[in-house]
Amino acid sequence: MVSRREFVDTLIELLRKAETELGEDVLELIRDAEKREEGTAKLILQSILKNVELAKENSIPMCQDTGIPIIFLDVGRDAELKFDIYEASREAVSRATKLIPLRPNAVHPLTRENSGDNTGLNVPIVHCRIVEGDEVTIAVMPKGAGSENVSKQMMLLPGDSERVVDFIVDVVREAGGKPCPPVFVGVGIGGTFDESTILAKRALLRDVRKMNRFEKEILNRINMLGIGPMGLGGKTTALSVLVEIAHCHTASLPLAVNVQCWANRRAFAVL
Amino acid sequence: MDVRNCEDFVQLEVGNIVYISGTIVTARDKAHMRVVKLIKDGRIEDVPEEMFLHPVYHCGPLLKNGKIVSAGPTTSARMDPYAPVLLRESSCPVIIGKGGMGRKVVDLLKGRGCYLSFPGGAGALAAESIKRIKKVYWQDLGMAEAVYVLEVEKFGPCIVSIDSRGNSIYPI
Repeated sequence: MVSRREFVDTLIELLRKAETELGEDVLELIRDAEKREEGTAKLILQSILKNVELAKENSIPMCQDTGIPIIFLDVGRDAELKFDIYEASREAVSRATKLIPLRPNAVHPLTRENSGDNTGLNVPIVHCRIVEGDEVTIAVMPKGAGSENVSKQMMLLPGDSERVVDFIVDVVREAGGKPCPPVFVGVGIGGTFDESTILAKRALLRDVRKMNRFEKEILNRINMLGIGPMGLGGKTTALSVLVEIAHCHTASLPLAVNVQCWANRRAFAVL
Repeated sequence: MDVRNCEDFVQLEVGNIVYISGTIVTARDKAHMRVVKLIKDGRIEDVPEEMFLHPVYHCGPLLKNGKIVSAGPTTSARMDPYAPVLLRESSCPVIIGKGGMGRKVVDLLKGRGCYLSFPGGAGALAAESIKRIKKVYWQDLGMAEAVYVLEVEKFGPCIVSIDSRGNSIYPI
C-alpha cells in the first residue's frame, strides 16, 4: 500500500530533482552538441552546462521559470491508494513551492491573479492511467512558458499525411529563438484533437537519445534551419525529436507539436 | 569585453560578447503594461526612474529568503507591444533578454542603444553575478513581475544581437 505521506514526499523530492538536475540522457545530448559547435553557439552551450552544474551543486532551480507542474501517474490496478491523489498532489506542489523554492507561476487565466503556491483550478495538472501490476509510477515535468507558448496543435487534412514533417519543421522555424533552443520536440500524430497533444507531451518523457529513423529524419531537417542555440545561429536547433502515434478518424489528421527548451526537466520514481 | 557605462552600449556591434557591471533593472509583462498605462495617463513621475536610466532586463527572478537564486531572461518578443514607450523615454535604451525583438524596437535602438541576449534558462548562472538587490518596486505585481533594481558584476555572457546600426541576428 502506498501511503499519502510517501506519495507527497516523493512528489516533493521529484520536483526538487527535476528543477535542480538534468537527466543523464538530456545532459549527454547537450554535451555532444557543445563539442560539435563553435563560436557563439559553443559559448552558449558552455554557459548552459556551467549553469546546470551550478544548479546541481547548490541545489537551486536551473531556470527561474520553474514552470507549471505536470504530474503523470501510472497506477497499477493492484496498487492500493487510500487517499485523494489530486488533493495530495496539490499539497506536494504547495509545499515544494516554499521548500525548493519554486517561483509562483500559476495565475487565473482571465483575472491573472496569482495563487502564490503554483496550485489553482485543475493545477497541478495530473494525468492518470490505470496499468497492469501493483506499482505506482510517477513522472513530474515542470513545464516553462517560453517553449509551451510556441507549441501548436493542428487539424490537418487527411491528404496532408506526406507533409506532416513540413508542418513540424515549420513550428520550430516560426519559434526561432523564443523557446530557448536547442529544443526537444515532442510530436503527437493522430488520435483526436486532445489525444494528439497528450501524446506530444508524453513523448518528452522518453529517453531522448533513442530515436527511430523517422524521428532522426525530422531532427536533421530541423537542424538544417540554422536557428542554433538561443536563435543566434548554429548547427544545433533541436537535440531530439520524439514522435508518438495513434490511429485517427479516416476524415482527420490531428498533429500536435510540443516544443521543450534545452532544459527537458523531468524526474521519475516507482512506488 | 567588459561594459560599465551606458554610452558604451552604442558602440557595440552584433556578435560582440560582453559582460556587464553596474546597475540593471528587471521588467516583464505586467511592469511594462503598467509603464505604458502610467505614461498614457500622464503620470510618468510614478514610473521608477531607474527604468529610464539603466538597461532593462526582461526577467522574472526566483527569490529565496529575499535573495535572488535564479534569474535568467524571459522571452522578449512578448514585450514588443510595450517596450517602445519605455525606450522613447529612456536615456539608456538598452535591453537584455532572449529571442530578439521586432522592427519597432530595432528602429528605436538605432543610434541610441542595443539589445543583448543572455543564454536562456541559465538562471543559476545569472544569479551568480547579481551582487545585490538595490531596490524593489511594484511588489504588488508578484515575485516574477515586480521591478528589481540590481547591482551586477560581470553579468554575462551577453551577446549583442541587435546593434545601434539596425543590424539584428534574429530575423525581423
